[in-house]
This record gives sequence, structure tokens and C-alpha cells, in this order.
Amino acid sequence: MFENFDALLLARIQFAFTVSFHIIFPAFTIGLASYLAVLNGLWIWTRRQVYLDIFNFWKTIFALSFGMGVVSGIVMSYQFGTNWSVFSDRAGPVIGPLMGYEVLSAFFLEAGFLGIMLFGRQRVGEKLHFFATLMVAIGTLGSAFWILSVNSWMQTPAGFAMNEAGQFVPDDWWAIVFNPSFPYRLLHMVLAAYLTTALVVGAVGAWHLLRNRAREKAGVMFSMAMWMLTIVAPLQIAAGDMHGLNTLEHQPVKVMAMEGHYESHPDGAPLILFGIPNSAEQRIDYAIEIPKLSSLILKHDLNAPLDGLDTIPQELHPPVPIVFWSFRIMVSLGMAMATLGLWSFWSRRKGRLLFNRPLQRMALLMGPAGFVAVLAGWITTEVGRQPYTVYGHMLTADSVSPISAPAVGASLIAFIVVYFAIFGAGTFYILRLMGRLREEDLQDDIKEAPIRTAGITPGPPNPHRHEEMLRGN
Amino acid sequence: MEIDLPFIWAGIIAFAVLAYVIMDGFDLGVGILFPFFPEKHERDVMMNSIAPVWDGNETWLVLGGGGLLAVFPLAYATILPALYAPITIMLLALIFRGVAFEYRWRTKRAEHLWDMSFIAGSTAAAFAQGVALGALVQGIPVANRAYAGGWWDWLTPFSLLTGVALVIGYALLGATWLVMKTTGGIAIKARRIALRTTVATIVMMGLVSLWTPFLDPLYLERWFGWPNILFSGLVPLGVAGCFFLLMRGLFRRRDVLPFLSALGLFVLGFIGIGISFYPYIVPTSVTIHEAAAPDESLIFLLVGALFLVPMILAYTAYAYWVFRGKMNPDEGYH
Repeated sequence: MFENFDALLLARIQFAFTVSFHIIFPAFTIGLASYLAVLNGLWIWTRRQVYLDIFNFWKTIFALSFGMGVVSGIVMSYQFGTNWSVFSDRAGPVIGPLMGYEVLSAFFLEAGFLGIMLFGRQRVGEKLHFFATLMVAIGTLGSAFWILSVNSWMQTPAGFAMNEAGQFVPDDWWAIVFNPSFPYRLLHMVLAAYLTTALVVGAVGAWHLLRNRAREKAGVMFSMAMWMLTIVAPLQIAAGDMHGLNTLEHQPVKVMAMEGHYESHPDGAPLILFGIPNSAEQRIDYAIEIPKLSSLILKHDLNAPLDGLDTIPQELHPPVPIVFWSFRIMVSLGMAMATLGLWSFWSRRKGRLLFNRPLQRMALLMGPAGFVAVLAGWITTEVGRQPYTVYGHMLTADSVSPISAPAVGASLIAFIVVYFAIFGAGTFYILRLMGRLREEDLQDDIKEAPIRTAGITPGPPNPHRHEEMLRGN
Repeated sequence: MEIDLPFIWAGIIAFAVLAYVIMDGFDLGVGILFPFFPEKHERDVMMNSIAPVWDGNETWLVLGGGGLLAVFPLAYATILPALYAPITIMLLALIFRGVAFEYRWRTKRAEHLWDMSFIAGSTAAAFAQGVALGALVQGIPVANRAYAGGWWDWLTPFSLLTGVALVIGYALLGATWLVMKTTGGIAIKARRIALRTTVATIVMMGLVSLWTPFLDPLYLERWFGWPNILFSGLVPLGVAGCFFLLMRGLFRRRDVLPFLSALGLFVLGFIGIGISFYPYIVPTSVTIHEAAAPDESLIFLLVGALFLVPMILAYTAYAYWVFRGKMNPDEGYH
């Protein structure tokens, strides 16, 4: 059934699909691991029961998300070989060791201490348990460090030479690891992960506050999450701006696509707020634009000239409409996050943070915004660097394995079916766990949890009780 | 003497793959054995016995893949397209079993569904790995730095045999793990299963070993040429020794010994494969040296590996130590 399809296109769809699903989990667990470490530290420091309770609440959710991240990540580490073998052979000597470092310094750290973090508090004692939680958090950040270094090298390659077999070979490892776009991308992504987690934690807190349930725990969560947004969202906007300027320097074509600049503007380019990219005619239809603002943002000069896509051969254009839209989605969500942060700060100053229902409704609505923004951002940067895998040096079309369309097509369908079924179920379980913050919900949790310190004795197992509770609410 | 970096790396990758096979081997084995333990409380204990460590175990698989990409990119770029279908099946199967660790505690209604997912995923992953191994042993044609065979080359009677063999072998690892970690009814049943799977594993090792030399004249020469036979003759002797210790452990109720002996069987089988392969990394097309990345790549990662792998082994050992001894059936974080 796939004979009429292009194997390259199918391989690209497969990669886009599996990597998009995968990034959702790390984007959440990077932030959540740090949050857990903070909660564990606060519990040991203050001995306030609420911190331990919140820790245990998120720990279970972390375990679920982390498991999904691991299994979808293993797929990625093999897909380079199955679908992109030419790329693997040629770029392997440079990017392979970076991924090797990721596994050695980060994955093992996470996985090795995860068991102790999840199961071991009673066995190893509080101090070591806190240490294990820290190691998991450091591991998640370490893996972000290395994988973003790999991605950044592909975007802004540096420190390499070519050998006679056509392989990229390392010349200067420092230049490779700390390639020009890496620091910006790393900062931008780690902040994004923290924001994503803060939005989810804030939404869960808001949901329970709005229902007037488990107010102490929900309040602590909500307040911590809103602090995070207040502080980090503006920082993220600044980091994004720096990242954008860096992209303009190293990948100007990507910025042309983001801005929708089909034409060159020799004396000041407008900022196109909105419009419909028309690639056939090479123009933006129905554009709403602010004159010269783009030059001001990108060059800090109202009249600075900016080249457009008309200076680039068409076969080297990225798909402009995708980049144009995804960039706008990311930016709008970023602005909304900053607004939420500011609003919460204002409300906090008035002492109404835990009672401001409109604020809490907005926080609830914004719960998934981090995921959408992360995906939109990655789509911007990945689609924007097309048609290259190694920017300026290796075309995507030359990277693919000598595979036939039916093989890629069949595996693509299998991945789609399995991912939606499995990760759909996982999302359902996570949402259900998020709804169970009250003591009685925990006691009523369907499995027989042997270690619960609270004073309420669980009744005999009764399968109907849970449904009754839900209906009762 | 000059240091042979590709050779050192071949050793490290081989170690990573072996570590993966024996560590994920026993936890996949526990999944394969789930059907023989239908009671919920048995399954709870079995799963809790591997829950704290499975994630670390599976990380060795990522190291095997990532390491291959880093130091033998040509091998990575030819083996994976050649084994497209079994690798894809393995990855999907690992998803099904990996999520079952968490999902099955989150629902009562669908618990049996995730048990099924755990069983099917574990078994299919083991089978696909066995098939992939068999397909690798029977050789992968390479031309112009790319896989040059067909899409169904991996599917042969030999690879199906190695697939079945690995499922049985993992079941043995799982059974001896349960003997070591559990008490009461589970341990009794596990001991009985261990006995049968030991015999079956050794029969399978015999069949595969008899077949392999006829796949390629190289293997025949490697195993039975003079003086190699002096060395290769040691492998069957070692197998006999492990068999003896395993039986002794099972009958004398020395509960750690069977697991260690089963690991010994796997190590020996692995050495056997190593003897057959060397000096190829993609048999019989690409040698270790041909596939190796430039020395700059090998050195850069080697510095880290020499420092980090011992650390990983240390804290992995610590994690196992924390959860040492027989399971308390009432414990578990779930």
C-alpha cells in the first residue's frame, strides 16, 4: 500500500512523529525531577508534612512519565540507524560520542537512582534518599545538556573536518560540544522544561483550589508554581530573544521563514504579526504588520536592512508556512505565560493568590500550554533548518537509509497505533492521579498501598467504592 | 606497542551488550514467566522484585546502540537497516512491557490487560532480540558503506531457532532470579521451572552451536581448526560446569547459586559468539577496524568511559545492594 509513497517522506514523518511524542515526556520530567528534589529538600529542612505529601503525590506521576520517556527514547536511539543510516555513518564520529556521554553520564545516573528514589526511602534513610532524588534531577539535566549539544551541532556545526570516506570527523571537541547555538538552545530548553512543569503543577493546584479540596497541599503547589512562572517566564522571553539573534547570525534563512520575510527589506523590515504565508506566490497574504519593528528587534535599528528569502535559491527554502505558524504559536503562549506570572504576582501582593478564582481558571486553562509551546518551538527550529540535517553540509534527502517505502510505512503505522494507545492510556492514568490529592482519595486508591502513614485505616477492598466516590464529587 | 583503540572499544561494546543481555534478560524472563503465575499476589511480588532495577538494566541497551553509533558508525549504519523488522518489533515490545510496570498498578479494571501487555511485550522483545542475533550471526552483506541485502533476509530457520532459544534462555534467567528473590509458593514453582528451562536452554545452545559452523566456512575454521579447537573446546566444558552448579543449587536449596550459574551459561554463550565473530563486527562484511570511527572520536569517549563505567557499575551495584535479599511480599511503593 506504500508503493506510491516516497520513503524519504515517510521516514521524515516517522521521525517527526516519534520525536514529538518523546519530547513531551522529557520536557515534563526535567522540570519535575528538579521540583521533586526541591520538595524533598524542603521536607528534610522544615519537616512540614505537606512537602512530603506533595513529594509523594508527584513522585508517582513522575514514575509514570519517566517510564514513558524511557521507552519512547529507546526508539529514538535506534531510529537513527534504521531510517537514517547514511546520516549515522557520516555524522556518527561527531555526534555519536556526545550521545555516548549522554548515556554514560546521565541516563545511567537517572535510571540507577530512580529505583531508590521511588522505592527506597525506608531502606536507605532520608539523607541518601534525598541524594538519590538529586542524582535523578542532575541526570535529567545532564541528558538535556548532551542531547541539545548534539542537536545544536547539527544546526550550527563547528570543530570538524571531512575524511575521504565522506564522514564528519572531530577536530576540536570543545568547539563541537560548545558550538555557536548550543548555550542559547540549552538555556531556552531548560527554562521551557521548568515552565512546562510549573504550568502543570499550577494547573493541578488550581483545579483542587477551585473545587475547594485539599487546600493546604493545593495551595502550596499553586503558590510554588506561580512563583516559578513569575520569575522564569520573563527570563524565558529574554532567552528566546537571545536565541533568535543567534539564529539570525548562524541560520538567517530560518529567521526569514519565522518572520515571513519573502522579500528583502533594504531600509527596515516590518514585523508581520499575522498573515497567511503563500509559498506559491512567495508572499504573505492579508499581512498585518508593524513597519520597521522587525529590524528594531533583530538588529536594534529601525532602518537596518534585512535580507529575505528572495536572496536564497528556492530549493533551499524551508517550508515557510509551518515555521511561520509554529513560531507565532510559541511566542503567543510565552506571552500568555508571562501574563499569568505577572497576574499571580499582583494577586499575591494583595494576599489573594489562593482565592482569586479567575486567576486559577486561567492557570488551569494554561496547564498544557508548556507542552504546546515546546512542540511549537521545536517545530520552528527543526522545520526551519530544512532542507539540511547537518546545516549547510548534509541534505536531509541524502541522509536517509536505503530503505523501501513499505518497510518505513508499515513501521510508521505501527508506531502511530501503539503510541496513541499506550501513551493515551498513560495520559489518562496521569490525569486520574492528578485528581487524587485528598487524603480520602489516596486511601481509596485502587491498589492496596501498604505504606501510608496517615491515620485513616483503609476499609476492606470494595471495587464499587471508588466509583461511588467519583460520582459523589 | 601501539594501543589498539578499536579493539578496546569492541571489548567495551561487547561488555555493554553482555551486561544488557544478562540484566534485562532476567527481568524480561520474569515477564515471560508471568503466565505460569496466574495469581495476582504472585504477580505483584514478581513485578516488585524487578521494578527498582529494570530501568537501569534497559539503559545498557541504549549504551549498546549509542556506543555503536559513536565508535563503529559503519556497523550501526549497516546492522540496523538489515535488522529493520526485528529491531522495530523489539522497540514496540519494550514499550508494551515498560509501561506495564507503572500502568498495572493504576487500574483494577484493566489490570489483566497490562499483565497481557507485560507478557507479550517481554516475550516478543526476547524473541526479536534472538532473531536479530541469529540474523547477525548468519551474516549481513554490505556494499558501498550500506546494507546490500533484502528486507526479509533476517527471517530464516536459523534466526527463528535463535529467537526461540533466547526466549527460553531468558525464562531460565527469570526463573533463577525468582528462586533467589522470593519465598514460598513462588519460589517452589520457580525452582521447578528453572529445572526445565535449564535443560531446554542447554539443548538450544547445543543446537545453535551445531548449526553455526555450517553457516559460514569461517566459523567452521574458527571453531574446529587446529589449534583453535583446544580453546573452543573449553566452552562446552564450562557449560557442563555451569549445568552442574545450577542443578546443585536447585536441589540443595542454595538459592543464589542457580542465578549465578545461569549468568555463567550466558557469558559462555556470549564468548562463543565472540570467538565466531572476531575480527568482524558485521559478519562477515566489515571488520572492527574498518567500522571504527577516527581515533579522535574513540579517545574522546574512552576517557569518559574509563571514568564513568566503573562509577556506573558501582552505583548499579549499590542499587542492587539496597534491594538485596528475599522479597518481603508486603513491601513495594505502589
